[in-house]
Amino acid sequence: MNLFCLGLSHHTADVATREQFTGSATAESILGQTGCAEVSLLTTCNRVEVYAVSQKRVSTDEIARCLVRRIDIDPHDYAPPFYRYEAEKCVLHLFRVASGLDSMVVGESEILGQAKKAYESARTSGAAGPYLHRLFQRAFRVAKQVRTHTDIARGAVSVGSVAVDLAQRIFGKISECKVLVLGAGEISERTARALISRGVRDLRVANRSMDRACELAQAVGGRAVSFDEWAAQCREIDIVITATASETPLLTPGDLAPMLRERLDRPLFIIDIAVPRDVDPSVNEMEGVYLYDIDAIRSVAEQSLALRRQQVAAAEAIIAEHVADFVDSISRGLTRSSQTAGHPSLGENPLRASEV
Amino acid sequence: MDRYLLIVSTVCFLAAVVHTIVELRAGVFRPMRFNFFAVGLGFMFQTAFLSVRGHALGRCPLTNLFEVFIFLAWSVALMYMLVGPPYRLSLMGAFTAPLVVLLQGFALVAPIDSRHPVKVPANPWLEFHASISIVAYGAFALACIAGVMYLIQERQLKTHQLHSIFYHLPPLTDLYATITRLLWWGFALYTLGIVSGFFTGHPLPRVQVVAAIGVWLLYAAILQGRHLRWFAPRWVATLCIIGFSVALALLWGIEFTAEMRPLP
Repeated sequence: MNLFCLGLSHHTADVATREQFTGSATAESILGQTGCAEVSLLTTCNRVEVYAVSQKRVSTDEIARCLVRRIDIDPHDYAPPFYRYEAEKCVLHLFRVASGLDSMVVGESEILGQAKKAYESARTSGAAGPYLHRLFQRAFRVAKQVRTHTDIARGAVSVGSVAVDLAQRIFGKISECKVLVLGAGEISERTARALISRGVRDLRVANRSMDRACELAQAVGGRAVSFDEWAAQCREIDIVITATASETPLLTPGDLAPMLRERLDRPLFIIDIAVPRDVDPSVNEMEGVYLYDIDAIRSVAEQSLALRRQQVAAAEAIIAEHVADFVDSISRGLTRSSQTAGHPSLGENPLRASEV
Repeated sequence: MDRYLLIVSTVCFLAAVVHTIVELRAGVFRPMRFNFFAVGLGFMFQTAFLSVRGHALGRCPLTNLFEVFIFLAWSVALMYMLVGPPYRLSLMGAFTAPLVVLLQGFALVAPIDSRHPVKVPANPWLEFHASISIVAYGAFALACIAGVMYLIQERQLKTHQLHSIFYHLPPLTDLYATITRLLWWGFALYTLGIVSGFFTGHPLPRVQVVAAIGVWLLYAAILQGRHLRWFAPRWVATLCIIGFSVALALLWGIEFTAEMRPLP
């Protein structure tokens, strides 16, 4: 019995190549066309991967033919960017993928949900059997352990997530924070959505065009306030997200000083994503004010990524332990089942430890 | 014999310190497990030491500077255990352990464990006064630790330089709430300690009374400043560190002068 995986990812192929192999096949169709015993298909924006178990060797071309979207494309042309991992290396690869080590943004957690979805879809269609069940279940366990025991998923790497992360470091529960969004552009919307998704209930939007403010407020579940009133709102606001097209700073130490006197023991977190900046940089020197402009946010994101990269070795050690244990347990299980039943439970040939 | 209990206790706290340093350097710090058990175990050995010493003395073991330091270290550990899971499970344990190691390490090394030539008679008011005052010091010590944590977190947020430790420290507002809570606890206990001092039946030395009232006024000013918002949170955190340093120096002075004068 051979366990293998093959696929394309952002490491080996550009998006133009990847999209040629995305969307047409299902685990079930690959199962039917290739003679594999079990198949699971993992498709994300960054990868197309097939995990399969077969009794005889199935070539990469055979699988590529199933995946290709247009029949006029010769999959052989695409064979070079396909990577293929057999047995133990396949186990290692899936554990790394599920743990986010193979992702474009190291440590991102979406991949775990996508892997779960891929396995669930293969299981319900009958394409995944006991081998892949054990493999994927262990992969999910490993991913969880890696996230719990290392800082691989720590820190944020996008404007929205950096804003949420920093707000949580300042305020703890951000659901009780009052947020003011100045400007109704795309980044303000994404940042506002990130805060709303973490439980923020009081979100106000101010924009020079009141219609656009109302539109954004409605889209994110906040309320629009007049642009002339935003300064007065600052007295009770905890988080300000500003991204207007103003040529001159909207907020200066002189404007903030009287407001801060009324709110000395409550911090004020300002995210200035406008270029040119909406907030005078010297505001950050004021007591209890934490100002992050776009460069500061980028720097935090880079620090988070660097921190995550430092964690790769620790994560790899956990994964290596699990790979060895998984290979050992699956080969022991097969030896036992072949001894008791007189034949292997999952095929004619027992799975050799060297293969898995 | 009782010193062995103290050595084991110090080793437990030291283990928490070493574990924290190693894990922080490796970037895999998980505060809730090892540190909590190490500090808990250290606290048990501290308690055993105080119990053995107390039985031997026939009174609360606060008869010399050595015992005062150990009682203070015990109070710090006690406050850490009581301060509540949200804070205990954060880095606070890792910050508490070095302070306890310093206090106990110094007490073990310095020649300050002088036995009184005559057995000190038991005086419940005096023991209550001394022990409650030291427990109050424990609360002030923890407020000082929370203050250090606040300043570290605040500095990282201001400078936009976020290190691994940033993700393990509690949020600023939680730390500030903890500082306030500990200051109130410490202040209430210290007030109780000072008031009970007047019921001991002994004339109180002027220098001790002045020092004790000085510490009380210092913390009263910090709390008043915090309540009336005279001080920004960063200044409250800084004053907690200054306040505890002053209080510790005065405690030393009080004990030193107490040991210099004849027993009642």
